[in-house]
Amino acid sequence: MTDMLSENETAAHVDLFSKFDPLIEMRRNLLSTGQEDPFGLVMERVVSPTVAVCNGRETILLGTYNYMGMTFDPDVIAAGKQALDDFGSGTTGSRVLNGTYAGHKAVEQALCDFYGMDHAMVFSTGYQANLGIISTIAGKGDYIVLDIDSHASIWDGCKMGDAEVVPFKHNDIEAMEKRLRRIPEGAGKLVILEGVYSMLGDIAPLKEMIAVAKKYGAMVLVDEAHSMGFIGPNGRGVAEDQDCLDDVDFVIGTFSKSVGTVGGFCVSNHPKFEIMRLVCRPYVFTASLPPSVVATATTSIRKLMHAGDKRAHLWENSKTLHKGLKDAGFQIGTDEPQSAIIAVIMPDLEKGAAMWEALLHEGLYVNLARPPATPANMTLLRCSLCAEHSAEQVQQIIGMFTRAGKAVGILG
Amino acid sequence: MDREETSARIAALIEPFNKKDVAITNETRFTDDLEFDSLTVMDFVAAIEDEFDIIISMNQQAEIETYGQLVDAVVKLQG
Repeated sequence: MTDMLSENETAAHVDLFSKFDPLIEMRRNLLSTGQEDPFGLVMERVVSPTVAVCNGRETILLGTYNYMGMTFDPDVIAAGKQALDDFGSGTTGSRVLNGTYAGHKAVEQALCDFYGMDHAMVFSTGYQANLGIISTIAGKGDYIVLDIDSHASIWDGCKMGDAEVVPFKHNDIEAMEKRLRRIPEGAGKLVILEGVYSMLGDIAPLKEMIAVAKKYGAMVLVDEAHSMGFIGPNGRGVAEDQDCLDDVDFVIGTFSKSVGTVGGFCVSNHPKFEIMRLVCRPYVFTASLPPSVVATATTSIRKLMHAGDKRAHLWENSKTLHKGLKDAGFQIGTDEPQSAIIAVIMPDLEKGAAMWEALLHEGLYVNLARPPATPANMTLLRCSLCAEHSAEQVQQIIGMFTRAGKAVGILG
Repeated sequence: MDREETSARIAALIEPFNKKDVAITNETRFTDDLEFDSLTVMDFVAAIEDEFDIIISMNQQAEIETYGQLVDAVVKLQG
């Protein structure tokens, strides 16, 4: 052990923030050109699921994950108001202590009914659902085999646990199988996949991949955050659409997309699933969702079970926008529309940021996505459609993209 | 397989990823000297895993910074 410093000595000061200097510098360069900050937008007023006021300008929202437009549904709003009156503004406690109200049990029952599964566990966010389930079920000596393009919450769940983490190339069935085959005999295996990958909006060949995972005795977790409510005959997601939901051991999902509020969940048919409530730290050591949130979620989930017409309209919107942007000359993340996400590939970050700003001036909000969140170091303008976008709005959006693309020099 | 043969096979696998023809020694660092980014690391690790029919988990990768450490790890993983 080193000697203590005497009273008049001081050690050199190291600024813990110096590791962020490259990013600070990059932002300074980008914003010094007068570019509006793509990560600092404020919505002053929200008019509807598809329209808000930003910088005093009425703006069409095309980057919100509000796929089914439930945020202003009158039944959903009424349920939230009633719960505020009846149960107060918050629970001030953990689910395992004083934080489980009738509403929390009701939303878990709604999830069991929605997915046709035995167990549902609700977390305070979708991020925590992945963090909690993955880090808890895969322990020391177990192996997690996962797609390299997995969401940050999945990676963080892997990092928080003690399992061996083995990634494979995006959607590559053979690469996945090779890794499963090499895992030592007797080790526990968890394969983690997503239904829709949110950056490019592409889907996974779940049926084939899950069949391979099962052949090697692995348990399977599928994150259906971006497909719930929309994909599949009953909106249960890509696994339902590909007729393999029964082979999924754990479905992870969120309330902050189609459901239209905030929260996360895991549904499962595992007979021992309920023990998770006692051993999963991101479930235990945090406050539960406010009563109004679980009430809005319950109402929304039950309405989404019967939203076939909305699902059909959202598919129309996705197909129309994909074709419109492709015909205009933009490069799109997928050859065909596979989800409610249409990712427009930008040549670089500067052009992408300029295009983002030009669209905002046109009155359109999209997500600017850049590395490290994106695969292959791409800069993307990510559009997520809503079932409440009218056919006219979609045509308007295509016009805005075309004008902005010419102004910025992306389109010839 | 002994260390020398393992090293020779890994050296051959590095070539397509060694864009700047950096001279490889046991002390060569993948990130700092060969400038591997995360995508290159994934492809390179996959090539080694396939060549030797082994798994190098991310936990193990975190301990490997230099060429020499990689050769040692692959020798060990082959048992």
